[in-house]
Amino acid sequence: MNTTTFLQYCLAGISIGGIYAMIAIGYTMVYGILRLINFAHGDIFMMAAYFMIFAMVDFALPWYVSLALVAIATVLLGVFIEKIAYKPLRSAPRMSIMISAIGVSYLLQNLATYLFSALPKGYPQIPFLMTNINLGGISTSVVTFITPILTIIFVVLLMQLINHTKIGMAMRAVSKDFETSQLMGIKINRIISITFVIGCFLAAVGSVLYFTPRPSVYPMAGSLPGLKCFIAAVFGGIGSIPGAVLGGFLIGLCETFIKAAGYSEFSDVFTFLILIVMLLFKPTGLFGEKIAEKV
Amino acid sequence: MSMKKKTICSLIALLIGVVFLVCVNRMTAPTYILRSVLQMGAIYALVAVSMNLLNGFTGLFSLGQAGFMAIGAYAFAIFTIPLESRANVYYLYGMHEAIANVQLPIFAALLLAGVVAALLAFLFGIPVLRLKSDYFAIATLGLAEIIRIIIGSALMNRITNGSLGLKSIPSFPSIFGVIPGFYFPFLISAVCIAIIVLLIRSSYGRAFKAIREDEIAAEAMGINLAKHKRMAFVISSFFAGISGALLAMFLGAITSTTFNIAMTYYILLIVVIGGMGSVTGSVISAFLVIASKEWWLRFLDTELYIGSFQVPLLKNGFRMVVFSVVLMLVVLFFRKGIMGNREFSWEGFFGLFKRKQKKKTGGEQIG
Amino acid sequence: MKKFLALALSAVMAMSLAACGSSEASDAAQGGDNAAAATGTAVEGTTIKIGVFEPTTGENGGGGMQEVLGMRYAHQVAPTVDINGTTYDIELVEVDNQSDKAAAVTAAQNLISSGVVAVLGSYGSAVSIAAGDTFKNAAVPAVGASCTNPQVTLGNDYYFRVCFLDPFQGTVLASYAWEQGYQTAAVITQNGDDYSTGLGEYFKMAFTGLGGQIVSEQTYQTNESDFNAILTAVKSADPDCIFIPSSIATATLILPQAQANGITAQILASDTWENESIISDAAEGVIVSTFFDENDTENTIAAEFVTGFKEYLNSSSDNLTANGGSDGVAAVSALGYDAYMTVYAALQSLDGQDVELNSVAIRDALAAVNVDGVTGNITFDENGDANKNLAYIKTIENGAFKFIRTQTID
Repeated sequence: MNTTTFLQYCLAGISIGGIYAMIAIGYTMVYGILRLINFAHGDIFMMAAYFMIFAMVDFALPWYVSLALVAIATVLLGVFIEKIAYKPLRSAPRMSIMISAIGVSYLLQNLATYLFSALPKGYPQIPFLMTNINLGGISTSVVTFITPILTIIFVVLLMQLINHTKIGMAMRAVSKDFETSQLMGIKINRIISITFVIGCFLAAVGSVLYFTPRPSVYPMAGSLPGLKCFIAAVFGGIGSIPGAVLGGFLIGLCETFIKAAGYSEFSDVFTFLILIVMLLFKPTGLFGEKIAEKV
Repeated sequence: MSMKKKTICSLIALLIGVVFLVCVNRMTAPTYILRSVLQMGAIYALVAVSMNLLNGFTGLFSLGQAGFMAIGAYAFAIFTIPLESRANVYYLYGMHEAIANVQLPIFAALLLAGVVAALLAFLFGIPVLRLKSDYFAIATLGLAEIIRIIIGSALMNRITNGSLGLKSIPSFPSIFGVIPGFYFPFLISAVCIAIIVLLIRSSYGRAFKAIREDEIAAEAMGINLAKHKRMAFVISSFFAGISGALLAMFLGAITSTTFNIAMTYYILLIVVIGGMGSVTGSVISAFLVIASKEWWLRFLDTELYIGSFQVPLLKNGFRMVVFSVVLMLVVLFFRKGIMGNREFSWEGFFGLFKRKQKKKTGGEQIG
Repeated sequence: MKKFLALALSAVMAMSLAACGSSEASDAAQGGDNAAAATGTAVEGTTIKIGVFEPTTGENGGGGMQEVLGMRYAHQVAPTVDINGTTYDIELVEVDNQSDKAAAVTAAQNLISSGVVAVLGSYGSAVSIAAGDTFKNAAVPAVGASCTNPQVTLGNDYYFRVCFLDPFQGTVLASYAWEQGYQTAAVITQNGDDYSTGLGEYFKMAFTGLGGQIVSEQTYQTNESDFNAILTAVKSADPDCIFIPSSIATATLILPQAQANGITAQILASDTWENESIISDAAEGVIVSTFFDENDTENTIAAEFVTGFKEYLNSSSDNLTANGGSDGVAAVSALGYDAYMTVYAALQSLDGQDVELNSVAIRDALAAVNVDGVTGNITFDENGDANKNLAYIKTIENGAFKFIRTQTID
């Protein structure tokens, strides 16, 4: 493997890793607060792609307007799902709410098939994102290049929000102890909604970055990336944002290099194996907090 | 109600069931849809009950059922495809010499299917069962995917026929040459489910339920957590393997992609609608869900005109939307499903008609 | 304990009862079986029901729907048939097999239960293979439109198909590549998909047989959408051409990524890619092998079909949506049309013959059918495969498919 090829692999890995990281944040934040694996997150990501098609193709809006609309619509969808499918189950056993999440995922996929047909739809192009650039033999597009950069920017902003604002403090409190924080006067439902807003916003941004260089949207398009992002979140320690980001990048890079080594068939097997091995030796992930069992 | 009366009722019900099946077999054409809906229902009832044993009774939220079904289906199919059609099935890669001439009788292969699945569950269980709730769910989901990918990979070309899948799998055989093949899945499912019920009613079953209710308390009571969890996992996988083999027989052709995550979700849907922790619930719901999905609700997929009026919404894919909406409604509003964690009982059944006593007697807790 | 005993006893009793009851039943059932095999399903009244067995949801839902459109259009063109002085209305009964083997069997049984005398479909060989025995046991003939895997018709007297087969297509593309002077090739296939893997294997065999070299073999999972790593690996192996037998969904993903990765090797693909939805800037220059050439003016049937079908598509927005939003004619639509027309020709050939109108008679008529279709002349060999030894090689140029040449193998 010469240097150019190696760098090309690195770029591919970091780029996909950045997207995984962005979506993984959505999983990790929801889990941190609700202790819920939001199985539907990958499908929200898929719906965001359909919203973009609507905005840019069917209504022929300019891309910057579309971007804003997609972000708003995705966030609304996420909050709506939370209110309808998760909120009524807040006092139910963990299993019920997990099943509800699986149900939402199933529903979104079937709904997308019903409404938009199973035929893949072309994703609209934002011209400057797809410009090819050539850096010393490495051929790539602008979007591949800016994805990791954008990811880092968003994560830094998010960390600021969580560590240095009142809302962030409330979020941390809720994730530490649901009931006590309620007693302290924190409006739990508002905090949960904000979590979903942030998660879905990042999913919308991730969706644009993901589908621009992979411009084909179909109802199942969110399922595999969703699963991988979830693994990334677990890997980094679910509930921890830096963990999710690191997990995203690591999974992206691992996957790329396994394919590079000629085992493309088994790249997903390795991803799942990494997950299981990680869970065994450090069940809380890289940065997860250990939660003591209460008797 | 006295024991005797109950036994008589059970007998009559069983008789009605058998007579019904005999009627179906005798009076319908061999390709009539009711026949396969019933057979498929029986197969899914078994796998749903096996999933329920883990999820509903032991409280281990497993999402790996499809993987173990795949193992069972493949273990069964590889050793039962008639020798003369093997060259035809493995037309690209040929079959590995070591197994090319091995053919097992159906029952032996069926048992093998279960044993291989159980063995793998035992091996995987050692690490995976140490994980708690959500993590366990994800790990089993991952396992199922790993199994599926490996079965379909080029590595296994000469054993599982890789991506090309297997066909010419023998259909349901007649039992001892007397009972026609039509009854085969019902009989196997019934026997397997009966075994699971006996297990649940035994002291092991009570231990499973104790683990479900509170792991720490169960451990304090002297229940060996690791042992019981492993046991539930292995037994559940054993029956998942058998149902996989039954499915292979039913379909006649399998590929690895048949056993994807969607299949696990589908089985979960059956379990949830039937009620977590109810064997009878899972059985009833398996038949109901299969019949509506494969038969009764098919009309939702085709455009319908009454005169010149086009009934709205009916279009390709609507059936699946209705299905997912039903699942959501059950999860949100009828969280207990059809049976909750109760079992069918004659008191409850007659109480339904009499309405004399209130719901109090409706659910006889088993065990 | 007593309860168990009672239950166990009753179970044994019931089983023995079942055994007694069913020994007669088995005779009856077998009798029924034989009867079914002899006569199949008879036409009732003056309506001939033809089943459409296609995926309209799931992985192959898109392509399946386009095939259905071709069949619906054909039905609109020829809705009635005259046999022995009676005018029969043809009715299409559609079921969705969800691109899923488990659903395919019951979907097929649904069709049989509703009394169809012939079946069209399916897109995707795996579901056709799964349902093949159902049709065979019911003695109802099925005519596949675009299922190219050899296993579909092998050993099944009731399965026919109007398209060519994977071994042929793989070999054709390999010999085309070889004739173009390509020495090395890379192959990218989908794990768990018999269409993609089978075609890839046949290509490899033929290409190495001609003296070529396979320098890279890659596989990806169903629903994968990131191909950067795979493409980088392919690029570093530096092949002359890349063969990618895949679904449409994969095509639309892999092409822009190949472009972004700066891949300049010639990309070759199979019939699935002949679809308007893959056309983009990145798809320019791609070579596909396919079943027919819509711009061939010498083939008047094809020309008529293309005009008529475009009108049909534009007549309703639902049709356009189902066709991927444009009025381009996909090869599978043409094959769907041909499959219907083949059955129609078989029905017509029964006119003037003294046979009972049932599915077995239609099967026999199909075996002897000779019809000029959109995709060429159709006759069946002893396996039930159309005698087609001609593939159309097309390329994408200026945002449209352009016919290059026909390709045969010796």
